[in-house]
Amino acid sequence: MFHLTLHLADDALILGHRNSEWTGHGPNLEQDIAISNIALDQIGQARNFYQYAAELYNANKDAYTNIISSPAFLQVIGSIDEDDLAYLRDAMEFRNHLLVELNKGDWAVTITRQFFMSLYQQLLYTDLQYSADKRLAAIAEKSLKEVNYHVRWSGEWVIRLGDGTEESHHRMETAIDQLWPYVGELFIPADFQLEAAASGLLKNPEYYREPWLEKTRAAFEQAGLMIPAPNWYQKGGKQGIHTEHLGYLLAEMQYLQRSHPGAQW
Amino acid sequence: MSTESTIWKLLEEVKDPEVPVLSVVDLGIIRDVKQTENGAEISITPTYSGCPAMDVIAMQIRMVLAGHGYLPVTIRTVLSPAWTTEWMTEAGKEKLLAYGIAPPNPKQQVCTPDYFQQEEAVQCPHCRSFHTRRISEFGSTACKALYQCEDCKEPFDYFKCH
Repeated sequence: MFHLTLHLADDALILGHRNSEWTGHGPNLEQDIAISNIALDQIGQARNFYQYAAELYNANKDAYTNIISSPAFLQVIGSIDEDDLAYLRDAMEFRNHLLVELNKGDWAVTITRQFFMSLYQQLLYTDLQYSADKRLAAIAEKSLKEVNYHVRWSGEWVIRLGDGTEESHHRMETAIDQLWPYVGELFIPADFQLEAAASGLLKNPEYYREPWLEKTRAAFEQAGLMIPAPNWYQKGGKQGIHTEHLGYLLAEMQYLQRSHPGAQW
Repeated sequence: MSTESTIWKLLEEVKDPEVPVLSVVDLGIIRDVKQTENGAEISITPTYSGCPAMDVIAMQIRMVLAGHGYLPVTIRTVLSPAWTTEWMTEAGKEKLLAYGIAPPNPKQQVCTPDYFQQEEAVQCPHCRSFHTRRISEFGSTACKALYQCEDCKEPFDYFKCH
């Protein structure tokens, strides 16, 4: 349960952080505000998951040393909290999908990644709101209302750019080619997801592959874009084996708390 | 007057820091009020997961209640059932309109998952025209969308249905 909750939190936090990199740099004011709003939703969702993960951790501390062993984290005296989970873990202790940690790229990459992830989260949270675990169910119910907005916003941009100019169409094709090898990981279950599925907490993510492809295909058809042929998929994020990009992201995100532990402003 | 209705009355003094004409009661985010021995237990629900006003609101509730002798004040956050604009009071909607923010439509008119769907008929809070267009689904705060009136040309915020 802790492992699964941590994974859900990490996905939301890392994608939220990547999107927040657009704040002040968006292509125009309205879209700068939109992507910053989406980042805020995701970081809020991450907080809800982390708060629950922290409670689970505190209730059974010794059980999770195989997942978290960074010295900074283990030095925390007493109960850990949401911030310790976000700021004091090392890259190999993060359980997010590789897709969310890749650099934000150009607007086409950001939009395409958001669309892929939002569609996945929409399917996942729709089921998770009926999970046997009431706490996860409540977070999913709350998050889903926000994710529905994210799907529509990013889907409209996929269509607008794919069916736009020669340049925007070309950039979308490049973005899709770049991100496609990271999509498969969404549907390849990690051990903790198999355990969760066995105990009725949520479905095996393999189940979402077809509905996800169907929704993606529908938007791509309107956008005049092609789904790449199935190929080899990159994986490992859910096991803590990350791309180099996550390290740079964490260095920036965690710097202050690592240099000045407990700093507040 | 029972003590719990006294607490409800006090909570009307606590305003949403981002929309200061609305009290937390108008907003519909107070889910439960309990009188404890000498204190109070308040359950609140966020409008959006990442709403940055929630911490400020919780602190203000503590201050107002403590100022009236309620100690300790316990604040619980509940996520389910998820907040919806239907919980906003009618008085709250009128206050929003008077403040220049279009209140949420009583019923979400468009709720299909289609892209580029028909936009909702949102009334301009200034000239009351329905001849308005959406500029962005995301506005100055998580709970608002950005619109412009085609008649009086004023841009305005719409407290979007959720």
